[in-house]
Amino acid sequence: MPVLERDGEPIWRRRTGTAALGRWLAWLTVVLTLVVAWRYVSQQTIWEFVWDGPRQAADLVTRMLPPEWSYMDHLWRPLWDTVNIATLGTLLALLLATPVAFLAARNTTPTWLMRPPALLVIVGSRSINSIIWALLLVAIFGPGLFAGILAIAFRSIGFIAKLLYEAIEEIDTDPVEAITATGAARSQVMLWGIVPQIMSAFAGIAVFRWDINIREATVLGLVGAGGIGLQLDASVASLQWARVALILLSIIALVLLSEIVSARLRAASN
Amino acid sequence: MAALCYLLLACLTIDVDWTRAAQGLERGARFLAGFSRPDFLTRWSDISQGLLESLAMTAVATCIGVLISLPVAVGAARNVAPLPIYFSCRFVIVLSRSFHELIVAILFVVLVGFGPLAGVLTLSFASIGFIAKLLAEEIESIDRDQVEAIRSSGASWPQRMIFGVLPQVTPRLTGLTVYRLDINFRESAIIGVVGAGGIGATINTAFDRYEYDTAAAILLLIIAIVLAGEYGSGWLRQRLI
Repeated sequence: MPVLERDGEPIWRRRTGTAALGRWLAWLTVVLTLVVAWRYVSQQTIWEFVWDGPRQAADLVTRMLPPEWSYMDHLWRPLWDTVNIATLGTLLALLLATPVAFLAARNTTPTWLMRPPALLVIVGSRSINSIIWALLLVAIFGPGLFAGILAIAFRSIGFIAKLLYEAIEEIDTDPVEAITATGAARSQVMLWGIVPQIMSAFAGIAVFRWDINIREATVLGLVGAGGIGLQLDASVASLQWARVALILLSIIALVLLSEIVSARLRAASN
Repeated sequence: MAALCYLLLACLTIDVDWTRAAQGLERGARFLAGFSRPDFLTRWSDISQGLLESLAMTAVATCIGVLISLPVAVGAARNVAPLPIYFSCRFVIVLSRSFHELIVAILFVVLVGFGPLAGVLTLSFASIGFIAKLLAEEIESIDRDQVEAIRSSGASWPQRMIFGVLPQVTPRLTGLTVYRLDINFRESAIIGVVGAGGIGATINTAFDRYEYDTAAAILLLIIAIVLAGEYGSGWLRQRLI
């Protein structure tokens, strides 16, 4: 703790002069950035619409209530599709991410040359949101479930591979050495030394990502990639707010259900 | 067995138009070719405008999100909040977490009109669930002795919060803020699809017009900013925590 000498008396201070100045400058930068950013947002906003917001909100609520329960008959299929997009997308991603993870992990990569491309796949997949993947894949393959499944899979590869290769790098080396010492081939070392150690991490990651993917799958339809989002988009576009309310309720129910299922799965795998 | 049945059913109910998909491969190749020669210049004014808007939205929304999250987090921590407040704050968190940003964005666009303000409100709302939930968990695991010590000096409730609880969770709060800044930027790139400002609208238009070279340019810029943010936040976290 720095001490300032004044009139022969030591004065205790929390920070040195330069540290205090540095902190002050850092805060100044943050505040200035916020002010500039807010000015920009404010300029782009038509404030008359905003002041009208509360009235619009009240109006919206009266239009949403009561939800159009009879529309539920048309929602079962999209909900089923949504779950399928998430599940099949996650499975496909697991299939594709596992080799990438083994190539990216320092202790399992066959040559160091394979690491940079594997890491590039991980970064590229992670930086692009699943909605953007969906936009791209819908443009390529046309609207539908297939584009949605691929979008979920492509976004999940990076996520799963990153967590999995970190798990692989953290394994205990003793069992691997023991199996190598018995004269096992590379594939046998992999199968008996490494795979058993990462199985629980693998299961955890899969369930975690599936839970996230359910949420993501509910909106893919907004860009045409299938699932309940299609109905949501259509109902919003045609101002059928009573239907929108029902769709939102069914999405909450689906998300809560997926959370319960994933909690069960996690408990079962531990 | 049940899982296998489900998989079979699931696979049977997706109908893929394979001829369409085959045609798509050629388009996919064109998109990949777009990546080899990204076109930054043709729509540069749209791109730079969109990116700046995304960055501005990210900054403002993270700030608002953190400010609102603080009281919600305190309210959602079982060890400092009374039961009724605990339940209402937990409800806010669940509400914020169960809807994807895009759905929230649609509603805010209806309420306040097209533009970045709808995006700011969306991202702020989404940040609350994330920051408040994780911060509440941190508050629940604090060292009670320090709070007790401050209490025994005759401190009032706000003083206990500021001098007993806050110093114990500040590192976590800083980390969460930086992390959320990163997430908010990524999300700000997509909510433009439904009209809530940012670069998303530009990407959407580029794909709609099959301008893959422009789309590739935007994606590369987003990846670059995300990577820069990741390195920057790593550096910042080392300095601050």
